[in-house]
Amino acid sequence: MLSVIVFLPIVAGLLVLAFGRTQQMARWIALAAVAAELALTLVAFVGYDTGVGGYQSIERFDWISVFNIQYLMAVDGLSVPMVLLNGILGLAAVLVSWSVKDRANQYYMWLLVLQGAVMGVFVSLDLILFFVFWELELVPMFFLISSWGTGRREYSAMKFLIFTFLGSAFMLAAMLTLYFSLPDGERTFDIMALTGHDMAGLLVPTGVIFGGFLIAFAVKLPMFPLHTWLPDAHTDAPTAVSVMLAGVLLKMGGYGLLRINAGLFPEQMMDFAPTLAVIAVVSVLYGAFIVMRQTDLKRMVAYSSVSHMGFVTLGIASVDGSGGSLSSVGMNGAAMQLFTHGTITGLLFVVVGLIYERAHTRHIPDMGGLARQMPLIALGFMIAGLASLGLPTTSGFVAELLIFLGTFQVFGLATALAAFGVVLAAGYILWTAQRTLFGPRVERWDGLADARPVDVAAMLVLIVPIFVVGLYPRVLTDVFEVGINPIMTGFGLAGIGG
Amino acid sequence: MNIGARDLFLISPELALVALAIVVVAIDLVVRRKGIVIAVAVVGLLAPTIAAVSVWNDIRTTGVEMAFNGALVVDEFALYFKFLTLVVLALLFMSSSDYASRFQPFQAEFFGLLLFSSAGLMLLPAAGDLITVYISLELASLPVIALVAYNKAQLESTEAGLKYLVLSVVSSAVLLYGFAFLYGATGTLRLVSFDPGNPAIGHMLINGDPSIPFGGVPVMVGIVLAVAGFGFKLSIVPFQMWTPDVYEGAPTPVAAYLAVASKAAAFAVVLRVFYSGLDSAATDWSLMFAVLAAITMTVGNVVAIAQSNVKRLLGYSAIAQAGYMLVGVAAYVGSGVGARSGAELGIESVLFYLAGYAAMNLTAFFAVMAISNRTSDDTIEGLAGMGRRAPMLAAVLALALLSLTGIPPTVGFIGKLFLFNAAINADLVWLAVIGVLNSVVSAYYYVGIVRVMYLREPDSPARISVPPHALAALAVAAAGILVLGLWPGGLLEVARQAALDLL
Repeated sequence: MLSVIVFLPIVAGLLVLAFGRTQQMARWIALAAVAAELALTLVAFVGYDTGVGGYQSIERFDWISVFNIQYLMAVDGLSVPMVLLNGILGLAAVLVSWSVKDRANQYYMWLLVLQGAVMGVFVSLDLILFFVFWELELVPMFFLISSWGTGRREYSAMKFLIFTFLGSAFMLAAMLTLYFSLPDGERTFDIMALTGHDMAGLLVPTGVIFGGFLIAFAVKLPMFPLHTWLPDAHTDAPTAVSVMLAGVLLKMGGYGLLRINAGLFPEQMMDFAPTLAVIAVVSVLYGAFIVMRQTDLKRMVAYSSVSHMGFVTLGIASVDGSGGSLSSVGMNGAAMQLFTHGTITGLLFVVVGLIYERAHTRHIPDMGGLARQMPLIALGFMIAGLASLGLPTTSGFVAELLIFLGTFQVFGLATALAAFGVVLAAGYILWTAQRTLFGPRVERWDGLADARPVDVAAMLVLIVPIFVVGLYPRVLTDVFEVGINPIMTGFGLAGIGG
Repeated sequence: MNIGARDLFLISPELALVALAIVVVAIDLVVRRKGIVIAVAVVGLLAPTIAAVSVWNDIRTTGVEMAFNGALVVDEFALYFKFLTLVVLALLFMSSSDYASRFQPFQAEFFGLLLFSSAGLMLLPAAGDLITVYISLELASLPVIALVAYNKAQLESTEAGLKYLVLSVVSSAVLLYGFAFLYGATGTLRLVSFDPGNPAIGHMLINGDPSIPFGGVPVMVGIVLAVAGFGFKLSIVPFQMWTPDVYEGAPTPVAAYLAVASKAAAFAVVLRVFYSGLDSAATDWSLMFAVLAAITMTVGNVVAIAQSNVKRLLGYSAIAQAGYMLVGVAAYVGSGVGARSGAELGIESVLFYLAGYAAMNLTAFFAVMAISNRTSDDTIEGLAGMGRRAPMLAAVLALALLSLTGIPPTVGFIGKLFLFNAAINADLVWLAVIGVLNSVVSAYYYVGIVRVMYLREPDSPARISVPPHALAALAVAAAGILVLGLWPGGLLEVARQAALDLL
């Protein structure tokens, strides 16, 4: 099942390359593939039994038996929503690139390979396999940004590649050192087995190994000050790639922090939590302030991601036990934020892409009154924007509320400062909406068409989960809780509801 | 000294190779169609291959055998390299027939010289004493000097030939000087010995003075000089200066031969000399190799960034890759994994990487050769737009470059994983960290070529076609990158058997 989920897009990508001679053929094959993929991920999500919990749908084979490297895939409550998220965004990404003409077969091939690689990251439970997919994702991203992007696309693609590769170099060194630190016979890359393993007496101080993983995930998330590749990559990437980048690629960083840093090294995580909280607050506020002075719509959304990912970091930092009350609420919030930010910012990038496709500019001061020419797109923008600033009934509200609830008791000041980030978000979202969508009609944009059915479909794919989760959060929180609880056990305390 | 039929049987692969060389050159005198000469050379490789297979079958039942009174050791380690050399040679012949047609009327001699040199390369890993090391090395090098200068109308080629000649001679002299010290200190030239009355070098070293590295000044001088001599063949810093110049000037097939076959044999002989001959001084030389590895990969990668000629860039890349492989050589100590000792991990990671390195480097050289055959342009800019002009060539070249960078699921990634595993197992965590960081640096220039191929506009829209036999060679090498990357277990097991013979 999981292997099918991982390799279906990759195989479909090769089929597109081989048979997608025309744009029509290429996009229909791609659409069929991502639709089937979404169906599969839904089955996996619904099929995950929260009553039983733990790891399910386990697939385990020896891959390189000398080093006990396994082909090990499974999902738990933490990863199964991420798998679903990737399924949702894959569909949105193909729909939003419906009008790509240039070398369409190659374009969809890379897009599908990207989806498959990210799937692999979320379901791999062997560190080496995890790393393989983690690196594999670089290749499609590089080609997509550099070949189909805009502006300084080559520079941005290379910067993305080098930043991520540098981060993962530390991760690889950390993995191997961890492996050889274990006594012979117990050596394994199996994350299930390593979770809860006593991490004392490693070859190098455990904090160093923890740091190796942390750097890789901090680059990906991204955390201040390792975020500088993100605005460039986002700005120059084609719309669908921005959607995937914001929607799932950043989530790999948050997922890694939860799964590996928190799951394998709870003690180090607790020690590092205060620092992490500081980084989180800086990311939130710095990101938000930078958004304020952006004139490029995409750059604006990109920096807002830096800010919103700061909340994830903050939620994870809530495990610092020194404040007394330790609960899983913050962690749950962080996981929720990963999912909700994926859909919300995905939608924002879809909308921005649609506007750019029509107006051929992303320069905010040139716009105004676009709601008159393109009411549907404007509606999409408003939904995404309001969800992004955390309006109740949308999923954004739930996630941020949980994070603040979880962290307030631990880091009162940090939470208060980060909450100010929400105020700023309200400010920049509404201000941007006012400058682009509302205000007097601008004659220059009169000829622009509104969303086509396929664009509406792309928006709907993302709007539905925003409201479903907003109105009935338990559909996700129940699952995440099952995934977070075992991690919380590592912190010496079982989770307390969320 | 008695030479028996058994001795001849044990070196039958090399004999067959030399015979083939003579046949190829002789046929050329009577046959008018040159295609036949190449066909004979390729098909003729079956003879040494069959010989090697039958020797291998024999060895597996009788165990390690010495030939010519201990001058040669025929074991699975030596056979691993015989097979590697033969495969590389076959692929090289298939892909370079187009390129070699410009050497008329001396085309057959080109293949003949390659075959003679290969015989030397096949003897090297089997060396049982230092004299054999020296003679095989000369047999391997001398024909290459002529081959490097084979584009004799081209100034760069003759210059490269002269450079290779001078440095080859100097390095041989240094090596010989080192061997002389070792002989003086130990009274023997034997690397491997099963005869207690006539022990090998390693045994004579055991009672050294622990306060001096390697147990004594003469031994230390001997080893340092030997490493300098080998360093030239391995192109490790600071003996790497010739590499980019020679790769750039030499005909591309010769550069590929130097980069792959010659380097593999050089690593083999270093492993033989140090792991089986000088293992008693391992703690000292492993540190030396670790430091050399760190310097070599860093210098190779950093300087490669500034290159504008593809062959020159591949030269620096070869230096950097030699640095990675030295990591495995340095990883002698350590507790090991399961039934494998630390030294075993080190050797088998080097052996595995050499095979993977052959696949990815040959792919890169073949693709570059196929392209520059048509464009007559060796610069990186000359590859502009190849994504459109030659989609297949560009795709496999990109695959090879990503593999050299170490991006999964290629053999480059798995190979580095094994090397760094061995290093960490030998408590060389710092070296593994330098290694992974070097991979990041290398990404810049390897991916830079990919970028030029896919993102720059081509100079002309003309498609580039490749002859079928060259395409077949390219396909085999490229398939090797992926197959060994996805299913490394089989080759690793073979490498392990070979490694066991060395310890």
